[in-house]
Amino acid sequence: MFDLDRWREIFQSINKNRLRSVMSGFTVAFAILLFTLLFGVANGLGNFFKGAFVDTAENSITVRVRQTSKPYKGLQTGRKIQLKNKDYEYVSKTYKNKIEYQSAIIYKNFSIKYKNEASTYRVSAVNPDYQFLEKTIITDGRFLNNRDVQEKSKSIVIGRLIKEDLFGGRPAVGKRVNVNGSSYLVIGIFSDEGGDNEERKAYIPVSTAQMIYGNNDYISQINVGYDRNLNTDAAIAFGSQIEREMRAKLNIHPDDQTALSVRNMAESNKFISTVMFALLLIITFIGSGTLIAGIIGISNIMIFVIKERTREFGIRKALGAQPSSIVGMVVQESVLITTIAGYVGLSLGTYVLSLIGNSLEEDYFIVNPSVSPEIVIGATIVLVLSGLIAGYVPAKRAANIKPIEALRGD
Amino acid sequence: MIKIEDLHKSYPIGKDSLHVLKGIDLHIKEGEFVSIMGSSGSGKSTLLNIVGLLDIHDRGNYYLNGQLIKNLNEKKAAILRNKFLGFVFQSFNLIAYKTALENVALPLYYKGMARKERLKIALDYLEKVGLKEWANHLPSELSGGQKQRVAIARALVTNPKVVLADEPTGALDSTTTDSVMDLLKAINDEGMTVFVITHEEEVAAQTKRIVRLKDGVIISDALTKVAKAV
Repeated sequence: MFDLDRWREIFQSINKNRLRSVMSGFTVAFAILLFTLLFGVANGLGNFFKGAFVDTAENSITVRVRQTSKPYKGLQTGRKIQLKNKDYEYVSKTYKNKIEYQSAIIYKNFSIKYKNEASTYRVSAVNPDYQFLEKTIITDGRFLNNRDVQEKSKSIVIGRLIKEDLFGGRPAVGKRVNVNGSSYLVIGIFSDEGGDNEERKAYIPVSTAQMIYGNNDYISQINVGYDRNLNTDAAIAFGSQIEREMRAKLNIHPDDQTALSVRNMAESNKFISTVMFALLLIITFIGSGTLIAGIIGISNIMIFVIKERTREFGIRKALGAQPSSIVGMVVQESVLITTIAGYVGLSLGTYVLSLIGNSLEEDYFIVNPSVSPEIVIGATIVLVLSGLIAGYVPAKRAANIKPIEALRGD
Repeated sequence: MIKIEDLHKSYPIGKDSLHVLKGIDLHIKEGEFVSIMGSSGSGKSTLLNIVGLLDIHDRGNYYLNGQLIKNLNEKKAAILRNKFLGFVFQSFNLIAYKTALENVALPLYYKGMARKERLKIALDYLEKVGLKEWANHLPSELSGGQKQRVAIARALVTNPKVVLADEPTGALDSTTTDSVMDLLKAINDEGMTVFVITHEEEVAAQTKRIVRLKDGVIISDALTKVAKAV
């Protein structure tokens, strides 16, 4: 392998037969280019699907209510459904052992003011568990805790962008802001992978909101994080069970999707994994097809090349070359060409993918198309192996031809 | 140097087999300059291929440099060829993409010699055949006679025991034929055993011993005037 003379022989052979070498390299480079692009685009599609739900816990179930759109049990259409604290407590008591996290939510839009800076933001009144349900990342201070809820404290956790809007570079934790006329203590700053909109939010204790803004026990939404030990089907069944019971409890028609909707991440996850699996199947099929076409291409070229060089091998053997040295030379040349060409294809593919970047996100749902190192290494191994086989089989045959026959040929 | 006893060789042709060599006895001593004459189909090329370890015989004994040639695999044959034999072919058989110098140096590569050393030796041999100035030319830039002289330099470069030449002048005109034969004579004069196959009487006449082959048997074996003159 590290015989300098052998390498010199190979480079001379490649160099003196440039067209041939480039042609065989091109087949491989092209196959790998297609392979890389294909996998990159598939990954981009996958990233899009994953990214669509990245800021919500993957075990989240959301119960939301509006007005009824169907009459039920003598009750009219257009009746406003209202979730209350007792519904929240019912869920937590009934499903205690199936629930990991739970939070009520009240959505408000409030102006928040600090000194001379003020703007209107979405303020959600939540329970402490909400931090985990929404995958909120605390970067400074802390999130709401149970004591905040019990004491109905006027505490607020603000998003990174609110902090930038109001405080700029100055510290915000420990400062007081004016929220819709009341003074709140900033206890924490958070960021969120869901994007800018998610970071222009603020959280206050649900109990505080109920007391100050209406003095009632109304809530807008119930979020539940189901036990992660539940498998997908059990989780989906759990979501359906909550939906059925809530409908019965609130007197809602079983088919009235407007009045009560339950969004279960388990279903989304199942859908995504089904789609991803189908995508992976297609990509694997086409990708390996492309690779095989490339391998067959280089095998063909190698067979031709070796036929062309049979006489040369005969001469070499007459001069004292052992069969193993001929086979070694051809295989090494073939592996060298496939590896370099494969690397060129791979680099080109990666480069094209990086050019694409996120530009296709809007129209084609492709986010950050790229190939993983495992795929790259795998493809390289396949290439080297195929170069090895493509070179070895015909070279072995050629090396075993008696020199007399090789020299006679043509 | 070469000792052959009752050598037989046949080639399968379809279901039949063609009996090409039908019991050859030949003894060539060191320093001889022998030509094998015969029309095509007489078996002379087959004989050279067997002597050159490019082909194997069916029956009989072949001793090369005192060593019995038997059950040779490709690897052993390659080593023996490299060590004992130098080939000159009718169609030169130079490697097209290598320069004259690299072609001459190739047998030394298979001997395992370092590059610098083998190029130096190869250049010496090119000088010997009068082609030092052509060392860096490709075969396609050389005339037929020059190519054959490069091939002779290549055959000599490992300092073999025997030089085997298969119709070395077959592709050359009469002037270059003479220069190639002169070269072979000069090599023989230095003590090298030279074994030539030809169908040209003029070429054979310049060697020292002519063995005539017909239908797979030796019909005559005699010294030439050249040999007697010495």
